[in-house]
Amino acid sequence: MMAETQTLREWLLTETPTSRRHAKISAVYQGWLSFRSNTMAMIGLAILVLLVFVAAAAPLLSPHDPFVQDLGNRLLPLGTGGHILGTDSLGRDILSRLIYGARITLYIVALVALIAPIAGLLVGTVSGYVGGWTDTVLMRVTDIFLAFPRLVLALAFVAALGAGIENAVLAISLTAWPPYARIARAETLTIRSSDFISAIQLQGAGPLRIITGHIWPLCISSLIVRVTLDMAGIILAAAGLGFLGLGAQPPSPEWGAMISEGRRFILDHWWVATMPGLAIFTVSLAFNLLGDGLRDVLDPKAGE
Amino acid sequence: MMSTLLDVENLWVRFPSRNGVFDAVRGVSFTLGRERLGIVGESGSGKSMTGRAILRLIRSPGIVEADQISLDGTDLMKLSEKDMRAVRGQRISMVMQDPKFSLNPVMTIGDQIIEAYRLHSAASKAQAYAKSVEMLEAVSIRNPERVMRAYPHEMSGGMGQRIMIAMMLIPNPEILIADEPTSALDVSVQRQVLSIMDKLVKDRGMGLIFISHDLNLVADFCDRVLIMYAGRIVEVCDADKLHDAKHPYTRGLLNSLPRLDVPRDRLDVLERDPEWSVALSVSARV
Amino acid sequence: MNKLSVNGLNVWFGKQRDRVNAVKGATFDVAQGESFGLVGESGSGKSTILRAITGLAPNWSGKVELDGRAIGKVRPKSFFKTVQMVFQDPYASLHPRHSVDQVLGETLHLHGFRDIDARVVKLLDDVGLGQKFRFRYPHQLSGGQRQRVAIARALAPEPELLLLDEPTSALDVSVQAEILNLLADLRRDRDLTYVMVSHDLSVVGHMCDRLAVMKDGHIVEILDVDALRSMKASHPYSKQLLEASLG
Repeated sequence: MMAETQTLREWLLTETPTSRRHAKISAVYQGWLSFRSNTMAMIGLAILVLLVFVAAAAPLLSPHDPFVQDLGNRLLPLGTGGHILGTDSLGRDILSRLIYGARITLYIVALVALIAPIAGLLVGTVSGYVGGWTDTVLMRVTDIFLAFPRLVLALAFVAALGAGIENAVLAISLTAWPPYARIARAETLTIRSSDFISAIQLQGAGPLRIITGHIWPLCISSLIVRVTLDMAGIILAAAGLGFLGLGAQPPSPEWGAMISEGRRFILDHWWVATMPGLAIFTVSLAFNLLGDGLRDVLDPKAGE
Repeated sequence: MMSTLLDVENLWVRFPSRNGVFDAVRGVSFTLGRERLGIVGESGSGKSMTGRAILRLIRSPGIVEADQISLDGTDLMKLSEKDMRAVRGQRISMVMQDPKFSLNPVMTIGDQIIEAYRLHSAASKAQAYAKSVEMLEAVSIRNPERVMRAYPHEMSGGMGQRIMIAMMLIPNPEILIADEPTSALDVSVQRQVLSIMDKLVKDRGMGLIFISHDLNLVADFCDRVLIMYAGRIVEVCDADKLHDAKHPYTRGLLNSLPRLDVPRDRLDVLERDPEWSVALSVSARV
Repeated sequence: MNKLSVNGLNVWFGKQRDRVNAVKGATFDVAQGESFGLVGESGSGKSTILRAITGLAPNWSGKVELDGRAIGKVRPKSFFKTVQMVFQDPYASLHPRHSVDQVLGETLHLHGFRDIDARVVKLLDDVGLGQKFRFRYPHQLSGGQRQRVAIARALAPEPELLLLDEPTSALDVSVQAEILNLLADLRRDRDLTYVMVSHDLSVVGHMCDRLAVMKDGHIVEILDVDALRSMKASHPYSKQLLEASLG
């Protein structure tokens, strides 16, 4: 048994991979090893894995239906009447609402993480690689978006498109991509002049192949790090929109909207607003810790 | 018998890593008098690490161990970090390979030299200025006043390296460690910088440790040469007898160089004997 | 017949006031099968000539002929099948996230080869690396091994003219000897024509038949290596270089 695991480890850490797949797996494993040595990042990852699990198993985990109102049991304190985290102003179980709210949070995070960095990557790398007029136009557009305060711009979008989760995500994505475009452009400018790009140009490769096959793989790692670090801000922005009533609509158990509801009772029934606040805090922190750890693993400048 | 400035005994530099401890320098011993001591070797031979270890400039997680590194009787291994800072620059100076990375890009050269000078002595600004100009003249810079006002990026590589040497020599150190000081320079500039360094070392009676990968350069320029391989000293010889070196590694290095005066169809390729890296370090103590 | 003929080549960077003329009126011919050296100190424009020939330095004027046909501003794909380049720093010329297999495979794919697997294997053998290096990433290779991969990449399209930009200046002397031997063998086996840039006269003396000495963007002298060895350089700058490198 021991000998077997040893050989697996050796197979993974080999300096002489025997196939394409072996090389890939081995590279991933070595990244995982250096990631694993970072305790804080592992804590962040553990929290997020837990979040995903909770969201997936919400119907099984939640003790009550998150939408069923029970006006007789409204604003129960922690631990009373089978409600571990108490109930809100309509008598709904807060813990169950938090558990179902994890789904919404993940939904927002996933959508923004798909839209904003990819848009930023596209604009930034094209702008950086092509240069000239394309660069000027794309970067001025980016500047315009950068000049607006994020929440204000998101508010304007939601006001124009109507309240709701999808529109909130769209609004946040629209305000989140410009910094990614800037990062991707800056990286592209340094990568563009390197010898390995010259070398592939000398093989007759076109701009599309160079951007997607050679520049993207090098930009993506720093973008992933940046996105992870920004996730906290994105969750907070989504919660902010929810709080202002422009994001998720009642009775949806979105964490920001839950705080907003609890706000009216914050002095007498503190837990109603505090519990979702703690949930937001924990997940934001987890993303930050994970981002720091990923930076150590993925950042090519720190690597080698 | 010349006096001994520096006595290094059984120096080790270790780097703990995921796959066990990596020994970059393994049991190196040598002494330095008022002479030009060359350390040659290929990349990864531990020659730069040796230079840095003397000044205890190895970054963590690297560890420096030695029986002693004694500078005029004081064991540098036993000094506190604070006392060590007084040694660096004041008594032992170091010139690095690329002047671009050693000079502050947003300060004028004059300000940097003056600052370096005043760190080590209580001179007034005017005195420091005069001394700095004098130093720049000593490294054969023709119009020192103009150079004092210039920023590092306005200087060529050769100029930058001369400025670095001037800066390192201001506190009048006893020992100068030069780590590949001319590798980034063109051949013609290389010779000028070397002759300046040579003159200064001779005039001041300093000890020089000259670290380089270039065998011919070291043979020309130094008095005594240590040849390093895989963290150990494999051979010690007088520089003028380097071309008669005996160790197969040294011979292999010499033979792998193309030579203008001796044309060959193929260059000799160095066959590395695993024995070399396990053999004990040769002591270069006098 | 001349493989490469360069006539009155000017190369510049920047525009108007900031314009820097890196190469001024360079003229030389390289015969089929010859190995031609360009020697000079940093900033003399020797590497820029190679970059202009391959189109990596877009601002140039003058006449560059390959096999007697003039090269235009836009190079067709067939050009890169004939002319390839090896860069100075093997640490910078390989994509850090691409394995050796990807580097060679993509190059072969771009040149329209079908039997990519077999060719990758053959290329690795040709440059003396062998199979066990095929799936490694650059950070798992030493400097000399990286340069061998870079040479394999340049050989992939089966070029006739190889431009070598200081191919050994970033390497240790023992590794330099291996790479120079490899380049000499390849040239003999494949009947290649070399243009080699170097600051090291002894390397050029070893590898080349003729050489041009460059200073401040001008070619000051073209001489053959025998003349160099017998110290028959006529231009004062060539003499100075020669003296400096003999020590």
